[in-house]
Amino acid sequence: MAETDISTTSRVPDARPERPSEQRSVRDLLRSAEIDGRLAGMLVALAIIWIVFQIATPNHTFLTPRNLWNLSVQTSVVAIMATGMVLIIVERHIDLSVGAVMALVGMIMGAFQSDFLPETLGFDHPLTWAITLALGLVLGAAIGAFQGVIVAYVGVPAFIVTLGGLLVWRGLAWRVASGQTIAPMDSNFRLLGGGADGSIGGMWSWVVGIAACLGIVALQLTKRRQRARYGFRLRPVWAEIALGVVACGTVLGAIWFLNRYYLPAGIVEARGLPPGTNVSQGLAIPVLIALGVAVVMTFIATRRRFGRYVYAIGGNPEAAELAGIRTKMTVVKTFSLMGLLVGLAAAVQIARLNAAVSSLGTNMELNVIAAAVIGGTSFTGGVGTIAGAVLGAVVMQSLVSGMVLMGVEAPLQDVVVGVVLVIAVTLDTVVRRRATG
Amino acid sequence: MTDRTAVPLVELRNIRVAFGGVHAVDDVTVDLHPGEVVGLVGGNGAGKTTLIRTLSGAHPADSGQILIDDQPVTIESPRDAKELGIETIYQTLALADNIDAPANMFLGRELITRFGNLNSSAMEDSTRKIMGRLNPNFEKFVAPVSTLSGGQRQSVAIARAVHFNARILIMDEPTAALGPAETNQVRDLIRQLREEGIGIFLISHDIHDLFDLADRISVMLQGKLVGTVNKDDVTVDQVLAMIIMGKKPGEVTQQDIAELH
Repeated sequence: MAETDISTTSRVPDARPERPSEQRSVRDLLRSAEIDGRLAGMLVALAIIWIVFQIATPNHTFLTPRNLWNLSVQTSVVAIMATGMVLIIVERHIDLSVGAVMALVGMIMGAFQSDFLPETLGFDHPLTWAITLALGLVLGAAIGAFQGVIVAYVGVPAFIVTLGGLLVWRGLAWRVASGQTIAPMDSNFRLLGGGADGSIGGMWSWVVGIAACLGIVALQLTKRRQRARYGFRLRPVWAEIALGVVACGTVLGAIWFLNRYYLPAGIVEARGLPPGTNVSQGLAIPVLIALGVAVVMTFIATRRRFGRYVYAIGGNPEAAELAGIRTKMTVVKTFSLMGLLVGLAAAVQIARLNAAVSSLGTNMELNVIAAAVIGGTSFTGGVGTIAGAVLGAVVMQSLVSGMVLMGVEAPLQDVVVGVVLVIAVTLDTVVRRRATG
Repeated sequence: MTDRTAVPLVELRNIRVAFGGVHAVDDVTVDLHPGEVVGLVGGNGAGKTTLIRTLSGAHPADSGQILIDDQPVTIESPRDAKELGIETIYQTLALADNIDAPANMFLGRELITRFGNLNSSAMEDSTRKIMGRLNPNFEKFVAPVSTLSGGQRQSVAIARAVHFNARILIMDEPTAALGPAETNQVRDLIRQLREEGIGIFLISHDIHDLFDLADRISVMLQGKLVGTVNKDDVTVDQVLAMIIMGKKPGEVTQQDIAELH
């Protein structure tokens, strides 16, 4: 009994921030700057992976604007879905059906815009893309909600429900067009997938970058002002400024680097520009979509009741129920949100491919789950961040991209990704055990 | 002290709860007045916690009635109970370990801004104020509660129950995880809450705790109510006889008392 008292008093001074700054360890430094240590660790790991590939690839082509631009586009589809998968896994569930749902929703969106809409609206109608996208989002959300109801209200384990879903939705996807490929996509819709036309150009990329910086600073100021109003301890000014400078510097640096990826000469000439002009591609629309999704999902996860409940359920389902949370409804909403994101990812994917095929998204569920897990999401529930999952997706895609550049054969790529997955989780488990033990 | 002729604050009438074929709670009737502490005792598996969970909305009764201010009420979920002013400190504490103390305090009743976003600063501020009264040593407001000591976790659970102006408080072994100093703090708190006119059901294994705090003691054995006695009318031995043998004070012989010791 007495040891509770002792531990109470002995722990308190540790949490006190008033110690002189010379005595601080790196960990304390991070803590006093209120930086997420795990996220910082992942950024370091990613930097190491990038540098190793830069050295290892022939002609050192990894860290080129062209490769990183492609990497950003290739990552976006998995990243969009990984943000939803985090919340599912945080809730101690799983969704194995995301690849199959992607196929079904993708096929229906494809058929809808190539067969149905041209007959009703006319060919290449300016609203075709929006109506098709809306259909995909609604359909994805409905499928997610349906699976969520079986999980939450009927009580069938999510693993089983979505494993069944994986087979069912994939089979139905085949039925939509009897296995045929649907192509091409509407010209506006295709922009969702990126490419030369589906990028916003150098100038607008700078606009996005500067807006993001202003957003970061505004967010810092708002938080600071609010904490000051309640008289809470503020993050040290040096840390606040350093954080702002690093964040904005990273954003603007990334824009600068990616803007050095120029449109192919053929397209430049087709646009009537003098040959040899360097025209930046700028950020691809799917990348913007993924970034937007990450911001919105982070907001939902951390600043909304729904997100709070997702984490509470993951931490202690019984406590959440006893606190009066409608836990079943929250689970249904989470699966529905996952479905909505799958619908969005399906739109990006068929737009990128300029075709809908019933094999769309095969094995995608594994990439999405791996991204979330590499990003620090724990299967024991309650732990995981949106930013981590997006970084996890970048790590996965970086490995694949780097190995492709090195000419590593596909089966060996899988071996490496699998090993990295297990190592990442092992490291995380060890670090966490040490932190709590 | 308490006017027991008046209408009770809560009455649990003929409550039955069965799990499979086992009657965890079998036709139990207890009541509670404003400003009164009723102790619930009994051995392991006597049905105390199950009985109380029907009042907190954690597990609805199979049959029986719950009356508040003499009016029948339906309590089917923890939400219903909270709306009726019933707050519970569970033996397990029922905290989500992965989120911080303010988040647990306000779980299900978050303070929000006018845009519907979580108002974290306001929640932290309130939590700091409450903790300043309940447990002045409490410092970890932004760490997951899994990093707190047993006593600190307990104070979060207690703070949550007393913050929302409960009329009826259920405390299931509130001092189980506490050291002597913290136990005394909780005892003082219980006395203070009773002064404020709150009715308290107190479940405890510690018979001395109960004699110290309770006005009346209800004893359960194997799902049935043995009886309810005024603390001042009975001895510790008589209550022990109720707990162990299921005999009311009038039925206890000298030989029974001898056997207890």
